[in-house]
Amino acid sequence: MKSLEEAIAEAKRTGDYQGMVDAIPYNAFLGLHLKRTEDGPLCVLPADPKLIGNPLLPALHGGVVGALLESAALMQLMWAHETVHVPKTINLTVDYLRSAKPVETFAQGALTRHGRRIANVRVEAWQDDRDRPVATALAHFLLT
Amino acid sequence: METGLRVNLRWPWRIILQYLHQTPVSDLIPPLSKPVIEVMIRDNIPHCGELGVRLVDVGAGSMTMALDYQERFVGNPETGVLHGGIITTLVDTVSGMSVYAALGKLVAVATLDLRIDYLKPAMPHMPLIAHAECYKTTRQIAFTRCTAYHQPDDPVATCVGTFMIGSSSKPPVQMPAQAGGAVE
Repeated sequence: MKSLEEAIAEAKRTGDYQGMVDAIPYNAFLGLHLKRTEDGPLCVLPADPKLIGNPLLPALHGGVVGALLESAALMQLMWAHETVHVPKTINLTVDYLRSAKPVETFAQGALTRHGRRIANVRVEAWQDDRDRPVATALAHFLLT
Repeated sequence: METGLRVNLRWPWRIILQYLHQTPVSDLIPPLSKPVIEVMIRDNIPHCGELGVRLVDVGAGSMTMALDYQERFVGNPETGVLHGGIITTLVDTVSGMSVYAALGKLVAVATLDLRIDYLKPAMPHMPLIAHAECYKTTRQIAFTRCTAYHQPDDPVATCVGTFMIGSSSKPPVQMPAQAGGAVE
């Protein structure tokens, strides 16, 4: 397996960010993949029974939704950020708006502020309708 | 529960009532049994079963669980540090289930929000333990705080959360009623 920094450098060179996702074992465990859009990478979490938190509703585990949001925020930042270092998450505030069904889930971040040391990223997760997000989050990252 | 009592009581009872008032509800309700919770996390929450989340302790209004280190949870392959997402999952589980411990029963709860501060990297090859306390419940909302650590005096992450109680009567859970309006 390539080192993470090599994977990031290659992703920046080729514009194909999937290698960067695959270099992170936890992303591979979730089965995360990326789609390219004009506004940066769009994270896709495929439907998978092992990600269910409540089989009665049924609903995805809230932690998985949180993990998707954090990954999407990080990917957005890496896409916009010029170095190959991996930013550190300082904190994450997740608002759960609806129960997330066990179906394909999408997430995309938007940089609210990209300073020299700190970045602030807002991110949304949705399922069938982008205008009805299942969760939103705000994350702070340390860039140095 | 408290309002029903408060109406007709004369003063000797007020001392008792005052005592009751100062005592968190969680101290008055016997904690849930460990086997019930163990079965629940292993069999009733598929994602927790998949991860291998272990119950450590159930207290009055508190819950402690552990997750053993596994390569598939790594966020940075060079350092072996855990991904923030797996910490979020553990913390969400433990916080949500601390609500059961506070209520002394299993009810449907749904996470309204979580605020997680990552204080330091979660080290490789060490189990991650999370201890959550549900410090206040109202009829509809529960408030929690949680700490994740390898060693109790050296936290890796802290989290505060709010949960909706009795969420499954009308799924899917809609956001708005939350905190402000629903607090007593």
